[in-house]
Amino acid sequence: MTPDEWTAVRLSLLIATTATLCSLPFGIAIAWLLARGRFWGKSLLDTLVHLPLIMPPVVTGYLLLLSFGRRGPIGGFLAEEFGIVFSFRWTGAALACAVMGFPLLVRAIRLSIEAVDQRLEAAAGTLGAHPLWVFATITLPLCLPGIIAGAILAFAKSMGEFGATITFVSNIPGETQTLPSLIYTLTQVPGGDAAAMRLTLVSIAISMLALLGSELLARRIGARRQAA
Amino acid sequence: MSLDVDVDHRRGAFRLAARFTAAPGLTALFGRSGSGKTSLVSIVGGLIRPDRGRVVIDGQTLVDTERGLFVPAHRRRIGYVFQDSRLFPHLSVRRNLLYGRWFARGAGGATADLGSVIELLGIGHLLERHPDSLSGGEKQRVAIGRALLARPRLVLMDEPLASLDEARRAEILPFLERLRDEARVPILYVSHSVAEVARLATTVVTLNEGTVTAVGPVQDVLPMADAADGGAVLEARIVRHDERFHLSVLESAAGALQVPRLEAPVGAPVRAYIRARDVMLSLRHPEDISALNVLAGRIVSIVPTSTAQADIRLDCNGAVLMARLTAKSVDRLALTPGRPVFAVVKSVSFERS
Repeated sequence: MTPDEWTAVRLSLLIATTATLCSLPFGIAIAWLLARGRFWGKSLLDTLVHLPLIMPPVVTGYLLLLSFGRRGPIGGFLAEEFGIVFSFRWTGAALACAVMGFPLLVRAIRLSIEAVDQRLEAAAGTLGAHPLWVFATITLPLCLPGIIAGAILAFAKSMGEFGATITFVSNIPGETQTLPSLIYTLTQVPGGDAAAMRLTLVSIAISMLALLGSELLARRIGARRQAA
Repeated sequence: MSLDVDVDHRRGAFRLAARFTAAPGLTALFGRSGSGKTSLVSIVGGLIRPDRGRVVIDGQTLVDTERGLFVPAHRRRIGYVFQDSRLFPHLSVRRNLLYGRWFARGAGGATADLGSVIELLGIGHLLERHPDSLSGGEKQRVAIGRALLARPRLVLMDEPLASLDEARRAEILPFLERLRDEARVPILYVSHSVAEVARLATTVVTLNEGTVTAVGPVQDVLPMADAADGGAVLEARIVRHDERFHLSVLESAAGALQVPRLEAPVGAPVRAYIRARDVMLSLRHPEDISALNVLAGRIVSIVPTSTAQADIRLDCNGAVLMARLTAKSVDRLALTPGRPVFAVVKSVSFERS
């Protein structure tokens, strides 16, 4: 593989990992709200979270560009106050991936929180545990498999994200050119077929490794529970 | 310990309006299923917020709807043993037991250390096991230990034996007795089983359709409790063991009793529960019968329980005894209050305490 190809692979991994890890706390919080909360506007929040799943990725990317771009209301504020810039940077690609993977992440975690027996949480309360502590020691460990599944889904989605990313942060080699973007570029130039094929295989390998990793992790958690 | 409860709570068509005071020892909340027992302990434990009323423990108000006061469950220091044990599936037995201890540090109350609780409940061999691999009886014992180790000032037990079979129940009852007598933690115990209440309770609160119908010592309240399995409780002491016939001889206010050999030393106090349906009445002292126990007494009252049956309440030298007879027998023997009779009790019908 050429250095450019390696760069794209490394960048893709960095972006997907950042997107997954940074969206995880928010994903857990939103999933908990949707699973347990009773508040006005809950279905609105639910719809909002799911929107990136149903909208064309290009639309999501364009909306991100409008709001998080340098002249966008959020992007401008963040750039001025904190010096955080998203547009045409790899951080922007991570943001796009996080937004696109968010519905999958929230959905998996929400289902697993809903499956946790609330009577166990009540029992922990009678033993003196504050609700936050109950969440950390009972709810969270019991829905860990769902959290892992959600994180893997979000990671896989990030690895493959194309539409929103290319719309929001373009296709700049070394900065925002991810694996899918490079494959797309290679298919557009004569003689790029061999390289596109190589990267396709790399992409397949990464996806399979991620899946295998989650499977092993889930099995280890299961085994630890049996042994404990 | 004192617990004062005075609450009103409505859920659908069911209305709970209960008021009682629990004394130290084991207070049994007794009543049929659907009488509001579980709702009542859930209110005490802080899992249900009552529509109106007050809950006060040792002078500390936990709930006062008029003042808008509601202490959340995790700040009440009230242990709760659920019918379905509710052990944490992802933690070992040891970590389940120790779960509440961290939150209780610095708190006073019953000083329960891991070693003595493990010994009391006989769960030392289970510590490294996982809740999934425990039997129903073992789970309940761990659940009781877990509640005790959180250093509660009161333990609520909501039918802790209901989901267990007869053998498992017999396995746990002695632990509950030791808990009542040794751990010195007051217990509020929900049950619909007369046998359990007779064996464990110091005080009984009977509930019927959401209202408290009687409160008092077990010997006074239980004979009047409206139950299919009704009977009376006799306080007794072991006088001697008859090794030849494998019997124990007890002494009670009502007279001597012979029961199957008890595994307790001579002099030990026991509580005999005599079911009303296991008692026969005779006008003269019966001779040549197989039953070993004949107690002299006087009829106090005759209460018809149906068109065919009546419950006869006897006074045997100060102790209450109940007999369930057919209306026909009552008529044939011309039984009336005040009449002296002999109660015939089969030895096998004793519940040991």
